[in-house]
Amino acid sequence: MIRIEGRDKVTGRATYAAEYPVKRLAYCYPVQAEIAHGRVAGIDTTTALAMPGVLTVLSCMEPPELSPEADPELALFQRREVAYRGQFVAAVVADSYDNARAAAGAVRVAYEPASHDVRLRADHPGLYKPEKVNPDLPTDTEKGQVAAGLAAAEVTVEATYTTPATHNNPMEPHATVALWSGAGDLTLFDASQGVTYARNIVAQALGLRPERVRVVSRHVGGGFGSKGTPRPNAVLAALAARAAGRPVKVALTRHQMYDVTGYRTPTIQRIRLGADAEGRITALEHEVAEQSSTLVEFAEQTASPTRIMYATPSLRTAHRLVRLDVATPSWMRAPGECPGMFALESAMDELAVAAGLDPVELRVRNDPDAEPASGLPFSSRNLVACLREGARRFGWQDRDPAPGARRDGRRLVGTGVASSTYPARRLPSQASASIENGGYVVRIAAADIGTGARTALTRIAATALDVDPDLVRIELGDSDLPHASLAGGSMGTASWGTAVTLACQDLLRDGKHGFADTTEILRTLPNLARHAFGAQFAEVRVDADTGEVRISRMLGVFAAGHIVDATLARSQFIGGMIMGIGMALMEQTVTDLEFGGFTNRDLAQYHVPVNADIERIDAVWLDEEDDELNPMGAKGIGEIGIVGTAAAVANAVYHATGRRIRDLPITPAKLLL
Amino acid sequence: MKAFGYARAADPADAVARFRPGTMYLGGGTNLVDLMRLGVAEPEALVDVSRLPLSGIEPEGDGLRVGAAVRNSDLATHPLVRERYPMLARAVLAGASGQVRNMATVAGNLLQRTRCPYFQDVSKPCNKRRPGSGCPAIAGDHANLAVLGHSPACVATHPSDLAVALVALEARVHVTGPGGTRVVPMPGLHRLPGDEPQRDTVLEPGELVTAVTLPAPPPGASLYRKVRERASFAFALVSIAAVLDVAPGGTVAGCRIALGGVAHVPWRAERAERVLRGAPAGEEAFLRAAEAELEGAEPLPRNAYKVPLARNLIVRTLLELTP
Repeated sequence: MIRIEGRDKVTGRATYAAEYPVKRLAYCYPVQAEIAHGRVAGIDTTTALAMPGVLTVLSCMEPPELSPEADPELALFQRREVAYRGQFVAAVVADSYDNARAAAGAVRVAYEPASHDVRLRADHPGLYKPEKVNPDLPTDTEKGQVAAGLAAAEVTVEATYTTPATHNNPMEPHATVALWSGAGDLTLFDASQGVTYARNIVAQALGLRPERVRVVSRHVGGGFGSKGTPRPNAVLAALAARAAGRPVKVALTRHQMYDVTGYRTPTIQRIRLGADAEGRITALEHEVAEQSSTLVEFAEQTASPTRIMYATPSLRTAHRLVRLDVATPSWMRAPGECPGMFALESAMDELAVAAGLDPVELRVRNDPDAEPASGLPFSSRNLVACLREGARRFGWQDRDPAPGARRDGRRLVGTGVASSTYPARRLPSQASASIENGGYVVRIAAADIGTGARTALTRIAATALDVDPDLVRIELGDSDLPHASLAGGSMGTASWGTAVTLACQDLLRDGKHGFADTTEILRTLPNLARHAFGAQFAEVRVDADTGEVRISRMLGVFAAGHIVDATLARSQFIGGMIMGIGMALMEQTVTDLEFGGFTNRDLAQYHVPVNADIERIDAVWLDEEDDELNPMGAKGIGEIGIVGTAAAVANAVYHATGRRIRDLPITPAKLLL
Repeated sequence: MKAFGYARAADPADAVARFRPGTMYLGGGTNLVDLMRLGVAEPEALVDVSRLPLSGIEPEGDGLRVGAAVRNSDLATHPLVRERYPMLARAVLAGASGQVRNMATVAGNLLQRTRCPYFQDVSKPCNKRRPGSGCPAIAGDHANLAVLGHSPACVATHPSDLAVALVALEARVHVTGPGGTRVVPMPGLHRLPGDEPQRDTVLEPGELVTAVTLPAPPPGASLYRKVRERASFAFALVSIAAVLDVAPGGTVAGCRIALGGVAHVPWRAERAERVLRGAPAGEEAFLRAAEAELEGAEPLPRNAYKVPLARNLIVRTLLELTP
């Protein structure tokens, strides 16, 4: 389907969080810590308060009232300790953005700096075993004896792979407009991936009952996880509006986004793989070191895909975390699977080379009958079919496995393959459906963060009602609507679609009104391993003189249940793959070891792919029947496209050059030295 | 952004007359306005010179006269530029994006500031921005900074593509200022950082670039090539502007090489040129020339890759230019 709100967006009529017309609006601009660790000794606001238009200054010297339950990243100005460079230590509220910004620059903050530690390393003495990893997975798993499996192996691979910190960089910067009513109810226009969840978190931070808070987020310009949980701008706007006694807007700059809206943790991953003479895996171990802040334990589930990918009698996965003087990492497209599969799928390529096996064939040979770590049966698993179909479409059979064998002028040509996977989960949601003015209105506090969720849900509702989609209107993005899960974890369409389908069925029974709540249904599901799978194929050209890598062809083949809408799905898959190309070749946020924080905090210095980087790219999918998912038979597709891309590119670079780059991104610098 | 005065100059003399300490000339604003937003530049007043009648491109003998306010996109697409100086057109088109090139002017491009991450972050020291405060880039994030001609005070690079081509073409920069008019040759406009990294060029306060003149195109074939990890809209890791004239006997009759992304200035590779003049055109001499030039390189721990990159780029580009 054509995107329902497409015309509104391209004509500028779609309203984003920062754009809501609000009377008597004031503006708030944060003051950020200029040390990575230490304490605020004092804050002099005299000059700032005397500046034009300034209404008030908030700071950690006079902590505003917040609930002790507030998430530490949202507990603004509650403590004078600085946990990371860029943390908000004060904020100015003024009658204009420029006045607020100018006065924020005049707030004098004195620090008692302490020594800081911002560098993740594999031998960091502070590494420890968290109790669990995200979202609620065991930290370690162990089956069989890895040492014995390796000893029995004919070929082994042992290698360390590293991925840098990366940032989500949605097009729309984070912003919040906060309004308090006379009765003390709070409305937030916020850039959010989930208004119900945002409402609950903000209410918790402010010590309010959730019903007193309303979060509105009708259009969101991308999130990729960075808007999955409320960021400090949401709480800051609420506090500033309360202090100023009028509505307040906080619109973060791109620089501030790099500091306070989350990022993907850097990872150091060690993989040990062994296989017998036929390439059957005898042992697989995946150990991960990653970071979090001193404020919050955020433990990315980086080794989790290794638990489900390949059959092996001995399998061990482990996560270790170190708490550094850094901002808290957060969600970024396919957290866990994305960095983890770079390591595993690079190692599988190394194993194929070591065993003299075709990398597609190696993966086919090790396709498991049940989920390797848990032993659970799969609801459906079509990785092999994706690999076979991709190989056919990509012309893989003609491939000469020898590295450095193909040339195009001065450019070395190589191809690589990697598998993709992402869990197919659901979270409880509610929806209502009713007949109004001769049409159908479906209400659900879902989020359309640019994915086309509004359009997909329209189609799902129309299917359930068996009516033309033109007769269906979806209302979403408002926490006053029936509660819904967030747009994250590739769960949106599956979670919301279930509630929408059931509400529509209820409407058909009732004739006037329908309602559904999926909480109970999700509690009683059969225990199965539910995952989408895919295979990615990349062809690269590496300039022999300069080390420049360009992707001349990229193909993704996915098996993700029933695809709800082909047009939207293709954008999701290709978008994920392009983001994966960015991860492979250019994206990295550089930690400033001397000062803390990051050095490249804008889009001129942090590079994401541009059109010129993408030549031929395609995504296709297999028809996959799976009755164990949801009424649509759909698995989520928002994230799987980025999973495996970087490994496919790295494997193609190896094939082109004979150089195995295990440290992302694959830059000319690494290929030249 | 700090409040500032704004005036539109009527002509170059008026612009110079309006100059006071704290005044800056505004061209396309694609760099200066960014720097003002970052707090790196805090001018008291801007004198807008973007609409001065300095936007012509005229033949001057066998050469060309380019007004200082000519937009980058107009320069790159002008028939005379494409005909006589295709390397220059390629260099301009390698820079920035279509939107930025539509705004950016010739003079502004030459006078743009480094994109060193520390220079652009006012919360950190930088000798170029705050003389004497130190250079954290030397121990820090210098992956895309200088390998040639840097100093203990500054390891910044000049980011322009256009300037690299102009150095190879030996352009002349026409300047008017409180002390009258003068002509500054390229190379010669930009200076090495030494112990005064705050000074990017030899221009004196109040001096205004009015035009750039190009002498007749040097004989031989020319090429501009830019290396970057992203295919577009990225500053050079290393770039090269090269002109090679090979005599019928196969020896190098003339050659010009300029490198971008390696130094505080668009770097004219004079040592390499000396090695090449009269040498037989071929891979062996080209490599010898490249190595002679890069003998003086002093890479930092995280930008050592630029040395083999510059070497390969010199050799490959000259090979491509060899008939």
